[in-house]
Amino acid sequence: MKLKKMLSMVVSTVICATLLAGCGGNNAPASTTKAAEPAKTEAAAPATESGKKIKVGIINNDPNESGYRTANDKDLKATFCEANGFDASFAYSLKNDEQITAAQKFIQDEVDYLLLSAADTAGWDGVLKDAQAAGVKVILFDRTIDADPSLYEASIVSDMAKEGETAVEWLKGQNLPKYEIIHLQGVMGSAAQKGRSGALDATAKDLGWTIVTQQTAEWNAEKAQQIVQSAIDSNKSFNVIYAENDDMAKGAVAALDKANISHGVGKDVVVMGFDCNKWALEELLAKNWNYDGQCNPFQSSYIKDIIDKLEKGEAIGEKTIIMNEKGFDASTITQEDVDNYGI
Amino acid sequence: MSGKLDPKGGGSVFSRVLRNQIFIPFAALLLLALFNLIADPSFFAINLKMNSAGSYILSGNLISIIDNGSELAILAIGMTLVTASSKGQDISVGAAIAISGSVLLRVLCGNDTRPETIQAPIIVAFLVSAVAAMCFGAFNGVLVAYFRIQPMVATLILFTAGRSIAAWINNNELPIVPGEEFTYFGGYIPGCPLPTPFLIAILCFVLTWAMLKFTNIGLYSQSVGINEKTSRLNGLNPELIKLTTYIILGLCVAVTGLIKVSRLSTINYSVIAKDIEMDAILAVALGGNSLSGGKFNMAASILGAYVIQFLTTTLYKFDVQATALPAYKAVVVIVLVVMSAPVVREKISRLTKKIRSPKRTAENQA
Repeated sequence: MKLKKMLSMVVSTVICATLLAGCGGNNAPASTTKAAEPAKTEAAAPATESGKKIKVGIINNDPNESGYRTANDKDLKATFCEANGFDASFAYSLKNDEQITAAQKFIQDEVDYLLLSAADTAGWDGVLKDAQAAGVKVILFDRTIDADPSLYEASIVSDMAKEGETAVEWLKGQNLPKYEIIHLQGVMGSAAQKGRSGALDATAKDLGWTIVTQQTAEWNAEKAQQIVQSAIDSNKSFNVIYAENDDMAKGAVAALDKANISHGVGKDVVVMGFDCNKWALEELLAKNWNYDGQCNPFQSSYIKDIIDKLEKGEAIGEKTIIMNEKGFDASTITQEDVDNYGI
Repeated sequence: MSGKLDPKGGGSVFSRVLRNQIFIPFAALLLLALFNLIADPSFFAINLKMNSAGSYILSGNLISIIDNGSELAILAIGMTLVTASSKGQDISVGAAIAISGSVLLRVLCGNDTRPETIQAPIIVAFLVSAVAAMCFGAFNGVLVAYFRIQPMVATLILFTAGRSIAAWINNNELPIVPGEEFTYFGGYIPGCPLPTPFLIAILCFVLTWAMLKFTNIGLYSQSVGINEKTSRLNGLNPELIKLTTYIILGLCVAVTGLIKVSRLSTINYSVIAKDIEMDAILAVALGGNSLSGGKFNMAASILGAYVIQFLTTTLYKFDVQATALPAYKAVVVIVLVVMSAPVVREKISRLTKKIRSPKRTAENQA
């Protein structure tokens, strides 16, 4: 009995430990180790001399989070590789405090550039001031933070409101005889939801479009399917599905198929999605959907541009750089677009 | 249910119905139905329509409820058993569904994410995913039964790590299963007007009924939940029984995973079956089962699951604002859970007895 008790105690301790390690597995401590080694040998001098690699610390969200993040991470890894003259270390976390810890570690390791996609907008002032004091240049990508702009060199972001406007502008251009829209929203309060909903809400109000159903499916295909199913069951009339991401558009289409409602180019219901997943663009190519708006995950070329400029001592024009983002129309999309822009 | 008439008087039949566990979810269902009937009777309309595959299917809100509620009902079976035997809940079922769904897709699609045809028979893929899900169930079960870790803490491990494991199984890709056949499980079998998930759920209910009727697992898990020491002294093996309930839950997870993945022929492991563990626990609680183990009523749990779906569909139907949706749901849930608490139920039945007893004496005098 005693032995059993001891054994169970030992095992539970081990499990707790693995659990804690599991929480932190994907992020800072494990993945910053690479940065620590060269830091000992290198002097504090900035790596501007030719032949020396530029040290970059990249703090990102967990690549498993979504297809967008996976593509984003792949793109960054491809650009900041040794062949391009970079010595990059990565830290991943969806938690702000873990990201801040990782940032402090990178500063201690004396990186030249700190690239940051913050999990949360608040709480970064202190660590960015440390970075400034240590001569580490900070570049934000994908997400902005609530900090004084003097603390970072540049911020490269998607403008979600612009994405929404592009999409709504396209919808306006379709000149449908009537606009009866089912609006599937993302997780309420997220930047993407706000931007993409805002554009539609404003235009619908101005032009008198009817929003038949407006509901959050929380980026979830199954929930989207249920919401559209419920609209069909209640005999609501609609001819546009405005889904704020591809997954939800897919769920909506599954409900339409069940009810034998035709969708796509020249059919009864116009289907719109966002994010440009590869499979979604293929749906466009097959003319099953009508529109897909891009949310550009390929920021690395923009970041590299800025680093190049800074290395040469050139000035950067705008501090906030908004990336080019396209909207694809099913009637004009090509296989090339699918290959180039699908994530 | 209390079918037998009590010869002593009608009052006690009434109070026995009231005290019966299944009364609460049943009353909740009636209440929701009544609300819909008053607000918009067309809620109950059921039509025979043709789907895009060309076969006739039934459609309507009620059909949507039995369709979408089925996954939750199947999960509620396993969750009830686990709750009864181990005095705690498994919070990793959502993550486990992601894992078993990923295994299913991995076997069906092979190494290619977009194969032309399926690479293995569906039944084989399902069996493999069932074995995987049961292994993870057994993992939880071993931690709970043999290492005596609190169920919620033990299953927290898989809850945290599960979706990452699911991502890893498919190399972080999102495979798409080709072909019509696979969509039957989450959709309709050609020629059958009822949604397949409901048929699968019925099959599960029958099997569960048979299991509880012809084996002792129901009795054993209750006795282990009520008093482990006494059960041991009576020759039961509490560890083994707890482990068995977790493995049964694993099987339920695999069935749910099959339906979920089949609905869209693909998986998004980060959002699939998100928060379903909470709904499954809620279904058990709505059924009036004690979450601290012991006696249970399986039918009440299953009915509880459909009540949750009924509520969701009702809220969608009435276009409740997206931001207010969780608040509405919370209010209804609080009312239902408080109503189904044994203390409150006892009070209500005593109150009705009091109201009825003067009447009865009046009747007797006449």
